[in-house]
Amino acid sequence: MTISPATSRRAFLAGSAVLAGALVVPLHRALSTAPAQLSANGYLAVLADGKVSLALPKTEMGQGIMTALTMLVAEELGLAPTAIDVSIPEADRARFAPVDTTTGGSTSIRELWKPLRQAAANARMALVDAAARRWKVMPDGLTLADGAVTNPATGQRLAFAALVADAATRVPTDAVPVPPSAWKVIGRDQRRLDSAGKVRGTAPFGIDVQVPGMKIATLAQSPVFGGKLAGHDAAAARAVPGVADVVALDDCLFVTADSLWTAKKGLEAAAPRWNEGANAGLDQAQVDAALTAAVARPGVTAKAEGDLAAARTGAARTVEALYHQPFLAHATMEPGNCTAHVTPQGVEVWTGTQVPSDARAAAARVAGVAEDKVRLHNFLMGGGFGRRLETDMVERAVSLAAKVPYPVKLVWTREEDIQHDMVRPAYADRISASLDAAGNVTAWEHRIAGSAVMARFLGDKFNGVDDDAVDGATAPLYPAKARLVTFKQVESAMPTGWWRGVGGLRNTFVIESFADELALAAGQDPLAWRLARIIDPRARAVLQKAAAEAGWGKALPKGEGLGLAVLHIWDTCLAAVAHVKVDAQRQIAVPQVTVAVDCGPAINPLGVKAQIEGGVIFALSAALYGGVTLDKGRIAQSNYNDVRPLRMNEAPRVITHVMPTDNAPGGMGEPPAAVIAPAVANAIFAATGKRVRQVPLQAGLESA
Amino acid sequence: MPVSLTIDGQQRSLAVADDMPLLWALRDIAGITGVKFGCGAGLCGACSVLVDGERQFACQTPVSAVAGKAVTTIAGLTGQPLGKALAAAWEELDVVQCGYCQPGQIVAAAALLKANPTPDDAAIDEGMSGNICRCGTYNRIRAAIHRAADTIKA
Repeated sequence: MTISPATSRRAFLAGSAVLAGALVVPLHRALSTAPAQLSANGYLAVLADGKVSLALPKTEMGQGIMTALTMLVAEELGLAPTAIDVSIPEADRARFAPVDTTTGGSTSIRELWKPLRQAAANARMALVDAAARRWKVMPDGLTLADGAVTNPATGQRLAFAALVADAATRVPTDAVPVPPSAWKVIGRDQRRLDSAGKVRGTAPFGIDVQVPGMKIATLAQSPVFGGKLAGHDAAAARAVPGVADVVALDDCLFVTADSLWTAKKGLEAAAPRWNEGANAGLDQAQVDAALTAAVARPGVTAKAEGDLAAARTGAARTVEALYHQPFLAHATMEPGNCTAHVTPQGVEVWTGTQVPSDARAAAARVAGVAEDKVRLHNFLMGGGFGRRLETDMVERAVSLAAKVPYPVKLVWTREEDIQHDMVRPAYADRISASLDAAGNVTAWEHRIAGSAVMARFLGDKFNGVDDDAVDGATAPLYPAKARLVTFKQVESAMPTGWWRGVGGLRNTFVIESFADELALAAGQDPLAWRLARIIDPRARAVLQKAAAEAGWGKALPKGEGLGLAVLHIWDTCLAAVAHVKVDAQRQIAVPQVTVAVDCGPAINPLGVKAQIEGGVIFALSAALYGGVTLDKGRIAQSNYNDVRPLRMNEAPRVITHVMPTDNAPGGMGEPPAAVIAPAVANAIFAATGKRVRQVPLQAGLESA
Repeated sequence: MPVSLTIDGQQRSLAVADDMPLLWALRDIAGITGVKFGCGAGLCGACSVLVDGERQFACQTPVSAVAGKAVTTIAGLTGQPLGKALAAAWEELDVVQCGYCQPGQIVAAAALLKANPTPDDAAIDEGMSGNICRCGTYNRIRAAIHRAADTIKA
């Protein structure tokens, strides 16, 4: 059964009576409550009052997908994007199928580009046809703008509200979307639709939910991964005024109270003790050594072409390098949180999640109820970066809520958020290439080792190669006569997850750093070496543009350098040139980054630029200073003092050149993040002559 | 003893422990959720409020320390001319991404412009150094502060 948006909205409003004003209104204005009259699909409808309503089929974590998807609808229906009612829907897998509301891997636009425009085009044609029938004219000459259909020949005008009942009786499935030559919305700068509430502090994030009668809770999980709760002083916690309950699980202790502060004091008073278990002796050096050992030999084949041994024979030179990348915390600004209420009738959950359907399923599993007994209200997210692809926060909240007779908002402290992150895996890469006398690659071997995040989701179906972990590595931009790319799964006690840029980011660091090493070995300029070898015309175009705009080849003062990196992953081509300064104390500064991108049509160029500016700075924090480390089985870092994001004075100026093409649209969340570490590492080499093969680059340079 | 203070122009009395940081009194007791929790350690600035016009980290300010004082949160600030100018500049320059840090950024910017109505880039960088943005919107924040400063001057 298809649930129309209006049905769902009515259900949401009814269910949200308990929400006391925390209803999600991303647009900072009231949305129409009229019923859906014309359902273009499960989540796009023209309402009885003529308003167009879009229930967001992807989740908004700052990347601007709400704005971009609304633009696609606006284009087809002749509306300003601001005129469309867009809402964040409850989790409902069936309603959105075949679209998966899971939001990650730069897939949203790639997945919605065709079906969402098709649905909106169908609605448009139905409205135009209804007007044509009313006026007894051919539909071809009619135009559609500002919520009405107009006949330019007669000046007649009918608003959507007057047409929608008739239109709903005949909705085509094969209307032709507006062609690029006629675009009025796509490709134009559109300011975000969700700014007004965000700048005034009224836009509700999951952590802002207030449910009448709720308590606020916090938790302590075993500091050592895999440890168990050995004991605690519940009476001492309850003696703290304001503390309501102390709930102990096998590996976790919760305290509920009137505020997070009180809950935290209660947790301190409870002084949980832990059986640390088998991982209590595990240090980062052991993890790193295991990774290094794993790339001493080839792993499971991800790509094999040509005869590697033959291609190596007679090489003019062979270059080999070992790269290391650390575990990374996500450290989203909004700490982990989830509000849940478990009653005999079912489960209600309020949270910000990148995986609404999976989170709902997880809540059902933990509560031991059928999925249709769970209502999950999703919210804006104060950063996702992959952290909210995990459902552990929902599971913890539901497991607590199942044991208390009131709704409970579980908030993780920042320390708990970092020390129980599902971190970006640490990786080691051993890469080697043979070059002929001209500097062409004959043999290329890349061994990749680290945690396989995909394996956790695939279970028995995992074949030994994590497709994400080898993304960008199996078909790099540099041709070779023979190529072998292998993957070796190496797990540690550290739970791992996806982090913005995912596998392509790690592989771009290795491959684009190594490309500079090959250029050096061949005695060629890094740009010239690449341009002499890259065939991909889109990659060449962005590389040439970024290099030209950055003044590649210009003389720079001592201690300064330019470095470049290019990628073609997530259906997007993106190149960056970083300008780096290294002082006498080897402190790295990055004053400017120049980026050129071809992501196809660039639906919202303003949003593309924002993603580039943000992705560069987000990933530069990790490239320069990132990394969490295992110490005696626990994460050694705990807050923004030792998980150090760049601050304003450290942030580079980011110059962006958007180069729209008529290729299919590519992703924009990951690519800008993925180029920055190699661009900076290459610039460090240009500035200092030192090749840093490990992230974080600052520490790497200090030990180089 | 309940603590009496003014929050966004309204006289309030909060029955909380003296040592409860203002952040939790505002968010969890008074229900003012525009003030954000980011780190709890004075490291990120998401909880910034004005106390008698000066920027404070609400997570580091015991509620007893603001007894009898005037606390301005993002909600109150954006109703005033300076806050309106900042909010407008933020919207015009499309500053926000996830948006979670931005109320704190705007409060910090207000304190900066109160002290220095015409800051240069270096003064902005200095004044905003207590605020983290994980989405990396710093360049647009800086530009928006310049724009708000121009608006106020005009």
